[in-house]
Amino acid sequence: MFNVVANRILWACLMMAAISVVAFTLIQLPPGDFVDSYVNHKQQGGVIMTKDEVAEMRGTLGLDRPMYVQYFDWVGGVVQGDFGFSWEFRRPVSEIIGERLPLTLILAFTTLLFTYLTAIPIGIYSAVRQYSVGDHVFTVLGYIGLATPNFMFALVLLYFAHVFFGTSAGGLFSAEFETAPWSWARIVDLLAHLWVPVVVLGTAGTAFQIRTMRATLLDELNKLYVTAARASGVSEFRLLIKYPVRMAINPIVSTIGWELTNIISGAPIVGIVLSLPDTGPLFVDALLNSDLYLAGALILIYCGLVIIGTLISDLLLIALDPRIRMGSTA
Amino acid sequence: MASAGTNATVAARTAAVRLTDTATHWQLMWWKFRRHKMALLGGGILALMVFFSLFAEFFAPYTPQERTAKYTQGAPMGFHFIDAEGSIHLRPFVYARVTKRDKVTLRLVPTVDTTTRWPIKFFVRSDDYKWMWGLIESDIHFFGFEERKEFLHLLGTDQLGRDIFSRILYATRTSLSIGAIGVLLSFVLGIVLGGIAGYFGGMVDNLIMRLIEFIRSVPTLPLWLALAAALPREWTALQVYISITAILALIGWTHLARRVRGKLLSLREEEFVLAARLSGCSHARIVARHMLPSFMSYMIVDLTISFPYIIMAETALSFLGLGMREPIVSWGVLLYSAQNIRSMILMPWLLIPGLVVIIAVIAFNFLGDGMRDAADPYSQ
Repeated sequence: MFNVVANRILWACLMMAAISVVAFTLIQLPPGDFVDSYVNHKQQGGVIMTKDEVAEMRGTLGLDRPMYVQYFDWVGGVVQGDFGFSWEFRRPVSEIIGERLPLTLILAFTTLLFTYLTAIPIGIYSAVRQYSVGDHVFTVLGYIGLATPNFMFALVLLYFAHVFFGTSAGGLFSAEFETAPWSWARIVDLLAHLWVPVVVLGTAGTAFQIRTMRATLLDELNKLYVTAARASGVSEFRLLIKYPVRMAINPIVSTIGWELTNIISGAPIVGIVLSLPDTGPLFVDALLNSDLYLAGALILIYCGLVIIGTLISDLLLIALDPRIRMGSTA
Repeated sequence: MASAGTNATVAARTAAVRLTDTATHWQLMWWKFRRHKMALLGGGILALMVFFSLFAEFFAPYTPQERTAKYTQGAPMGFHFIDAEGSIHLRPFVYARVTKRDKVTLRLVPTVDTTTRWPIKFFVRSDDYKWMWGLIESDIHFFGFEERKEFLHLLGTDQLGRDIFSRILYATRTSLSIGAIGVLLSFVLGIVLGGIAGYFGGMVDNLIMRLIEFIRSVPTLPLWLALAAALPREWTALQVYISITAILALIGWTHLARRVRGKLLSLREEEFVLAARLSGCSHARIVARHMLPSFMSYMIVDLTISFPYIIMAETALSFLGLGMREPIVSWGVLLYSAQNIRSMILMPWLLIPGLVVIIAVIAFNFLGDGMRDAADPYSQ
């Protein structure tokens, strides 16, 4: 068992290292560096910089060094919590992200919770009452949920909120709590707003998990051990929860990491449409304005979150499933 | 179909032989697929979409960039057969729109004038267009008007007075073609990489599988956003189109590669592969000629399933302004103008392209479900 766990942790570390290379490559990809755009900016203001000045600036910023040196410099900073400097905000990247990251985390984990808390019971219901009205309703809703792009769903919600309630469904806080310090009232206000992005982000995942839960549980319910248990007089509820659900929950747990990937993937767009004060709009703006250190840091953080999530779901699966714990991969 | 006919007669003559015993593999699959009514429906919807968008120049009354200056931010216009006096007209018509100045806001507002009718003409001659890369030139449109001042915007117009209906037709062509090319590219990538991994196994296999695992555990959208943002801004619309398609193709291949690898690994030990090897076939020939066809149907299913992912990814990229750009219109580009909440509330019909996206994706999912069942026609 120790071997399996150590293996997973090692793999996560390797992934993180690979991600850092990808993120660094991505932020170096657009043509021209910061100095180029700075010179351009100055030129538009009528100030012409000499070649020497430009070279000197590159020197002080360390942009004239070979790529791999710059990479290790960047990674070295990241390890110590220094993500570089955002030229757009004229502040350290870590500060800007620090303000907004908690909201992204809250959003991601609430969505994950919402997904599983709704999908598992509904999946069980749909399997046990196969072809009932409720099952059909959830199937139809599932198809629509899977097919609707997140941002489209958010737009429609915004529209109906405006037409029927005259309010904006966007944002995470009411006006009076926007800049207020954290307090009980602010948390309540946050929860009152949070459900909109959570539902928008979670619907596709919920639809998918309901399908998985329903299908695997149906497979289990047809097996002989269920009949045997029923014949020996186990109560229907206990029979369901004790064996088939426990078996069917494994594939669901193994998708936590993957589900988190989807949530993190969808979050920036939903953040923009609903104008959430989280990292989503920050990320897209950083990309559009080529604010590269900020964008790179966010890519790194998003991927890091997913890797941690996958690790957790792997470990959970090891705890849940003795077959994996014992080292066989069957 | 001729073989099906002969089969039927043979089956009728010798009653002992059932139809299912003599049918080919693909026939069995088609029969199984046919039982899925929803899959047939999905396939039908997609076929219609392809048809209408293929002939967009003919069906669309306007070009995507054409503006009706008198009818900006215009609501969808219905057509009628019965006029205000109650008399029936065989030729459908729209009521004239007159622009009036609102006394309070002083804005120009188009109002319906029920006294004047604009009769709709079919197969009408108006603007020239070239179709199929200029092979066919024509000026016949499915519907339109003889007079220049008359107009019909079935699904309304946007801020600039561009016809949403026409734009959707053209956008459908772009979005579906991106999906198709993206799927094809990922097909090639998946077969080549999955094939190498599965056929040779060992070190190469390990490396490719790690790469796939890596790609699959990375949040894709942020990465594709970053890649798309790295495209130079001064690129032409066509260059952007090609590179966005290529970027999106990188999403779909991992799933297929895994499937190909898994199948190849299990087929590698089969006797027909050994036979092929002994008779001196090259590696490439064994894979392409003997192994791949044996699970072709599964690959087609995987491709159908990855289609909607590519379409949705394109829509999301363009919606954020990082994907396709005007003058090329795609579903995402059309939805880009709905990004502004105020204009969306003013013109809810800007969301109609989103509805088209949802319908297309649902249709693909139905089709995929039916094909998944049909891929294995021997299970009951």
